[in-house]
Amino acid sequence: MSETGAFFGTRFNVAELSDVSLRYGSTIVLDAINLSIPAGCMSGLIGPDGVGKSSLLSLIAGARRIQEGDVRALGGDMSDRAHRAEVCPKIAYMPQGLGRNLYPDLSVGENIDFFGRLFGQRAIDRARRISELLRATGLEPFRDRLAHKLSGGMKQKLGLCCALIHDPDLLILDEPTTGVDPLSRRQFWDLIDRMRERRKGMSVLVATAYMEEAERFDWLVAMDAGRVLATGAPAALKAATGAQTLEQCFIALLPEARRRGRKLVMTPWRPRADERPVIVAHGLTRCFGDFVAVDHVEFSIQRGEIFGFLGSNGCGKTTTMKMLTGLLPATSGEALLFGKPADASDITARARVGYMSQSFSLYAELTVRQNLALHARLFHLPRASARIAELVAQFELSSYIDQQASDLPLGIRQRLSLAVAIVHEPELLILDEPTSGVDPIARDQFWALLFDLSRNQGVTIFISTHFMNEAARCDRISLMDAGRVLATGTPAALVAARGAPNLEEAFIAYLEEAAKAHEAGAPSFAQDIEAAGADMMVEPRARPWFSPRRLIAYAIRESLELIRDPIRLGFALFGTVFLMSIFGMGISTDVNNLTFAVLDRDVTTESRLYLEQLRGSRYFLERPALKDQADLEKRLLSGDIKAGIEIPPNFGRDIKKGLPATVGAWVDGAMPFRAETIRGYLQGAHQQALLDFARRNGQSAATVEPAVIEIRFRYNQDFDSVYAIVPGTIALLLVLIPAILMALAVVREKELGSITNLYVTPVTRLEFLLGKQIPYVITGMANFILLCLIALFLFNVPLKGGFATLLLGTFLYVFATTGIGMVISTFCRTQIAALFGTAILTILPATQFSGMLTPVSSLTGAPALMGRGFPMVYYLRITVGTFTKSLGFWDLSFNLLALLIFIPILTALSVALLRPQET
Amino acid sequence: MRKLQNIFWLGAKELRTFFHDYVLLGLVIYSFSFAVYVQASSSSQELHNASIAFVDEDHSPLSRRLIGALLPPFFKPPVAIAERDIDHAMDIAAYTFVIVIPPHFARDVVAGRSPALQVNVDATAMVQAGLGSSYLQQIFTSEIGNYLTGTDAAFAPQRQGALGSPIDLAVRIAFNPNATTAWFTSVMGIINSVTMLAIILAGAAVVREREHGTMDHLLVMPLTPFEIAMSKIWANGLVITAAVGFSLAVVVRQLLGIPIAGSVLLFMCGVALYLFFATAIGVFLATIARSMPQLGLLYLLVAMPMNLLSGSNTPLESMPPALRTVMFASPSTHFVSFAQAILYRGAGFAVVWPEFLAVGLIGCCFLALALMRFRGSVVQAG
Repeated sequence: MSETGAFFGTRFNVAELSDVSLRYGSTIVLDAINLSIPAGCMSGLIGPDGVGKSSLLSLIAGARRIQEGDVRALGGDMSDRAHRAEVCPKIAYMPQGLGRNLYPDLSVGENIDFFGRLFGQRAIDRARRISELLRATGLEPFRDRLAHKLSGGMKQKLGLCCALIHDPDLLILDEPTTGVDPLSRRQFWDLIDRMRERRKGMSVLVATAYMEEAERFDWLVAMDAGRVLATGAPAALKAATGAQTLEQCFIALLPEARRRGRKLVMTPWRPRADERPVIVAHGLTRCFGDFVAVDHVEFSIQRGEIFGFLGSNGCGKTTTMKMLTGLLPATSGEALLFGKPADASDITARARVGYMSQSFSLYAELTVRQNLALHARLFHLPRASARIAELVAQFELSSYIDQQASDLPLGIRQRLSLAVAIVHEPELLILDEPTSGVDPIARDQFWALLFDLSRNQGVTIFISTHFMNEAARCDRISLMDAGRVLATGTPAALVAARGAPNLEEAFIAYLEEAAKAHEAGAPSFAQDIEAAGADMMVEPRARPWFSPRRLIAYAIRESLELIRDPIRLGFALFGTVFLMSIFGMGISTDVNNLTFAVLDRDVTTESRLYLEQLRGSRYFLERPALKDQADLEKRLLSGDIKAGIEIPPNFGRDIKKGLPATVGAWVDGAMPFRAETIRGYLQGAHQQALLDFARRNGQSAATVEPAVIEIRFRYNQDFDSVYAIVPGTIALLLVLIPAILMALAVVREKELGSITNLYVTPVTRLEFLLGKQIPYVITGMANFILLCLIALFLFNVPLKGGFATLLLGTFLYVFATTGIGMVISTFCRTQIAALFGTAILTILPATQFSGMLTPVSSLTGAPALMGRGFPMVYYLRITVGTFTKSLGFWDLSFNLLALLIFIPILTALSVALLRPQET
Repeated sequence: MRKLQNIFWLGAKELRTFFHDYVLLGLVIYSFSFAVYVQASSSSQELHNASIAFVDEDHSPLSRRLIGALLPPFFKPPVAIAERDIDHAMDIAAYTFVIVIPPHFARDVVAGRSPALQVNVDATAMVQAGLGSSYLQQIFTSEIGNYLTGTDAAFAPQRQGALGSPIDLAVRIAFNPNATTAWFTSVMGIINSVTMLAIILAGAAVVREREHGTMDHLLVMPLTPFEIAMSKIWANGLVITAAVGFSLAVVVRQLLGIPIAGSVLLFMCGVALYLFFATAIGVFLATIARSMPQLGLLYLLVAMPMNLLSGSNTPLESMPPALRTVMFASPSTHFVSFAQAILYRGAGFAVVWPEFLAVGLIGCCFLALALMRFRGSVVQAG
């Protein structure tokens, strides 16, 4: 046990922040925070989304670079790299978002195993710990299930397993239970409690959006707009503000100006008995493959009613709503809107429905006014500007009217979304989790608007939520779990039916009942954690600067992911095969099948003999004879012929008499290289014809040809371009594809969030990059073998030189080209940018400056330098050298050496450019 | 009327969005300025700066004369090497051409013994090897002839006769008299950029809406997939058309100083028609791809062959017949063909209308396919 045990029960602080500020661009996220978080207890950060909770946690975890102020955690300065390296094995960080630092294509066991390797544990230790943790969390039966197939609650448990594998002293959890069903949530906190009992010294720091949940924490920080409002134990905070619940307490802590606004008045709903229901669902079912997302759902909603769907993320709420709007067809059952089946092609019904989807789905780059105007226009409202003015007033949007939607605070954005959804005064509103993450005041304002719509304008509202206190405001709710409706009724009736103290307890009771009915469903908890825990403490191992085990951890993980992603793997292997076949067949610098036509004004034996040279040539195809000069021009213009030959009148007579005569040739110059080649062919044919005439006239060859110009095409006697194009294409594809795949692999982690593991675990940048590179080097080599087979057997290009040399060269080359992808990936944020950046930055030097089209020996100045600084130049010499020039190892050693030099340079550059922390 | 209004307003929104996407904006600017310029500045289509070495074992006035005739811009200054170095120099691709003038070459020429002069060509440097060997043949033939007759005419590739014969061959290259690379590569660069960008712009516009959830939003409004797709087609088409106009006027005409023979207006009409096709195929690909990276990979597999095999890089006639037939189904081939006809040869509508028609029809096919898949693809990705 390390010295951190001393923290427990003392006045040590696990983390101290002084004057910490953080800004993203011009937005101030944290504003001069001063905070001391006590050690050995469970501390919570409370507040709505976007107040800076996550940023604060990522600073303490060392995942984000400190901009201003001091952050000390576990007794040291977190801006000091050496301290971070020392304490990162003692900190576990679970970022926000369900399973955000997990790998969705890895199974439960593989995920935990990966983290175990990162912390340098031996195989035998890992195996023991994994089974202990799986037993403790009840994930044992799901060991081989892929992470993306887990439910939200199970993902969070898996995240916890990964966080606890190395026995941290500080466990940082960023909204671990958001969107998880209440039963799983309770199980999660019970699990944390047991873990803390077992490991007494451990400090836990949690951010949460659920105020009810925060009641069980030891110590709280209330945050708003980048500032700390208050700190203290929950009871103390409530006492200080005289509030009953933490939510009321939080509202009381907000500054006076923020608290103004409409008071939420909940008026009861009076159903009009005579009317038909607005929405009816009968046995509504939706399957995705063999997964049943929505399972025989039944409900019926009256006009003016606020009807709620309460359930966890992924329980089928969104899918049901999509079926009601006609976005998704139902697999079976039916949904009736206004008495008619929901039909995607029914345009008139759509004008009666307003829809607000889960995430903010307006155009973030348009202003508030532009968003409203666009939708008003698309609904062809007759008095659009009046309606917009009305909505702006009703929703109090006037002070934001010309701001871009992306710059609005979350609560205002949600209001704008609602305003847009009702711009055409629909009779039915479908709202998918409209207020998640919004602060309590903004949420009350939002609900006031909903009540106004329902009670005063008779709008039917169908709303989904995972907040209990929100569900409690609905007229009626359905409790949903795993695609099924557990119960429907008024909130009060549901609570009464279970004899529960509140809705949350009632929901949990329904969930437990459902779990019993479907025993295979939710996992049950093993209670033997105490017994298992005793020998789980392991001294943190020394942290070497380079560990092959961590490198291998990344290599194995990357390979598994690649193998399980059919699109990327297919592209990696068969994309090259496809492109190689196409390029090899289609790209050719041979000029043949040239169409030509003749305007023979002579028509004698001599003119025919002259033309015979062209007609007998394998390069030329003759088209019908030309009528006159105008015909020649017309046919050149339309592209019908590429060359036209005109034999002058009296050509035969002039030859015999030795008089001067000029044969005319017109060549299509649209493609300069083709035109030049045609000129060469024509001149060759001309010479040949003259030699023939001379011989017929009995002249000696030497008079006509005083010297023989002997052209010797070396390496490629037939001068067939396939022998140059095929080796060239191999070089081109082996720079393009591996570089793209490598860049995507790194940027993918940035986009999905798993890059956090690089920031907060002991893995170094070098291990991270090399580990990810290995699978792509192997893929590149597999590609190379496929490409070689195509070259040998499809294009019949023989390999004349040494295969071993080529193989070695390819290995070095693929290492270098994946290195290029790595360098590019360090400054790209999105996968699409990485893809295009890599494509552009490799294709241009590859095709222009590497000797594919123009020999490098002809380049001068900047292009020559660009070419020499690009590995393809050297590899092209190796492929062309081995395939066509029959060269061996010693002939190509300089090029092999050059490729070798690229590897450390590119690797060092990537390591230097890759950020060790988020900025 | 309602439809047209919807298409207009959605397209206007599309333009606003485009100008906020700096990555794509940067890509468009790069592709139509720098990329076109670099391609035009290369000399890949002509004999330029070819590296050449010689082994002179004759050391006669004639041999010096022959070597002295190898001049820029066609050749780099010739380098003298020893005979034993020939193989190595060619193996490492130090020189594309090595000339060997045997001993007593001049004496044998004068004596009418017709000696052989050897030109070693690195046949793996395809374009230069082919053009260069025919140039060398011409240059040496005419120099030897001049040496024998005592004249001192300079070499001109345009007009060549054979020795001792009054018969002449006058080759005129129509539309591009000096066969300058830039005339060809600049416009072909623009054409390649049109294909590359139009597809990805339209495709990314659809995938972006789907990833942000705004596509769901549009589909629950009284809008049809046709209106949504058409708005993407006109807005992205307009962006590219403007970029092409700029590139043609500023980069090609001003910066590179290349004259354009034909009607720019007719060409721009063709570009607009081609963009209809290219953006439609972009929308179609977006309905197949499930995410942005997938769209990118799919796009590379479609757009690269469409460009490389369209005739804008290498001659169409040289492809295997089966592949040529397939490529006739690709509008990029027709686009290259009518662009060359209009811009280089000055052809009018009467000549190019069948190709316009083909591009339009294939575009309609892809639009129809995209519309069939449109709704399904949103569901799939959701």
